[in-house]
Amino acid sequence: MSMDLTAARERLSWQGVSLGVMAMVASAALVIANDRTREPIAKAEAADMQASLSQVLPDGFADNDLLKDTVELSEADGSKKLIYRARKAGVVNGAVFRTSARGYAGEIIVLVGVDAQGTLLGARVVKHSETPGLGDKIEIAKAKWILDFNGKSFDNLPPAKWAVKKDGGVFDQFAGATITPRAVVKAVKGGLEFFSANRAKILDGSAS
Amino acid sequence: MSVYRDIARNGLWKQNAILAQLLGLCPLLAVSTNFVSAVSLGLATILVMMLANLAISALRAFIPYEIRIPVFILIIAALVTIVDLLFNAFLHDLYLVLGIFIPLIVTNCIVLARVEAFAAKNGLRASTLDGLMMGVGFIWVIALLGAVREIIGQGTLFAGIEMIVPSLSGIQVLPADYPGFLIAILPPGAFFVLGLLIAGRNWLDHRANERLRLQRQQMPPVAESAPA
Repeated sequence: MSMDLTAARERLSWQGVSLGVMAMVASAALVIANDRTREPIAKAEAADMQASLSQVLPDGFADNDLLKDTVELSEADGSKKLIYRARKAGVVNGAVFRTSARGYAGEIIVLVGVDAQGTLLGARVVKHSETPGLGDKIEIAKAKWILDFNGKSFDNLPPAKWAVKKDGGVFDQFAGATITPRAVVKAVKGGLEFFSANRAKILDGSAS
Repeated sequence: MSVYRDIARNGLWKQNAILAQLLGLCPLLAVSTNFVSAVSLGLATILVMMLANLAISALRAFIPYEIRIPVFILIIAALVTIVDLLFNAFLHDLYLVLGIFIPLIVTNCIVLARVEAFAAKNGLRASTLDGLMMGVGFIWVIALLGAVREIIGQGTLFAGIEMIVPSLSGIQVLPADYPGFLIAILPPGAFFVLGLLIAGRNWLDHRANERLRLQRQQMPPVAESAPA
């Protein structure tokens, strides 16, 4: 056996064949692992999303499963946006969706909840890579700043005032970090603009 | 038995992947902002190193020398992907924190270095032990780095441990009004603390060597008769 192996190893085809076999074994292992973890991963991601959704909507606001009631709309730049619709007794009374803007160090993704009149129910930063200790005050875990958005709409705050105080708006900036809150305000404002532009489509109660 | 003891001593101290070989610095510096993420990444790395060393030691007779590197990378990448899936499925909160750094274990040169330098030439048991010991050598350094940076930077220790063990919680080491020392959290802080750790290791080694030299000087006949 060991002689055969030594002889076989001399041949050039041995390299290709053994690489192929290794690739097949590795792929098989990946298929099994993927299959075994698919369900737990989907469950964990759904729980994760559910937790974020419940943060931007008041308790008892919706009685449907938002994760299953979605509609996909295209944005001004052609990209798709997934909207989670909140319903009470079958009527769409609000929506939750992601919106984003460029911060100091990459994209800041904000999840916003809006009611049917276009008033913000809540906003949470779900992903960012801003400087720890300076820009991360946009996280609810670090500061209450993000709660300033609650209850604001274009009706009670004209679009020109949707800016940090330094730019003539109403939102606080942080000492040493203006770009980060400016980006968050821009993202939330963009979200509201998107909502008012697509309001009819979002509030249309028919199943998607 | 002494072979295994040498493997352990090399991994933990003498050939320590970080303090002696300075390998795998990217994940080390990026993830050591607090103790819990540091230890978690360390555990994932240990797992990958043991499995990679085991798999490649088992397959070493079949891997053609000329294409060994692609085969090593293929196996390591498959293992890391599996560990990544497992983290995503069963330690989801932690997965969100570690994010990109689990897939990046593939590029951690400690893994490839041990596979190439050790597992490709040694038996199953020795190779697995080497993976474990090199991994433990990595984790104690990254854990220490994470703890020091967390205490100096935020004044806390074990923050976020509830993501792994829900019944535990982090502790406030320094007074609650401690303003934090930003640079310890930022990348330069990682270099400063790592530099001090390496200096500390060199100092300890130097002191041990010096003591050995003095001992030999005091007993010249024994030292001469002993093999080098």
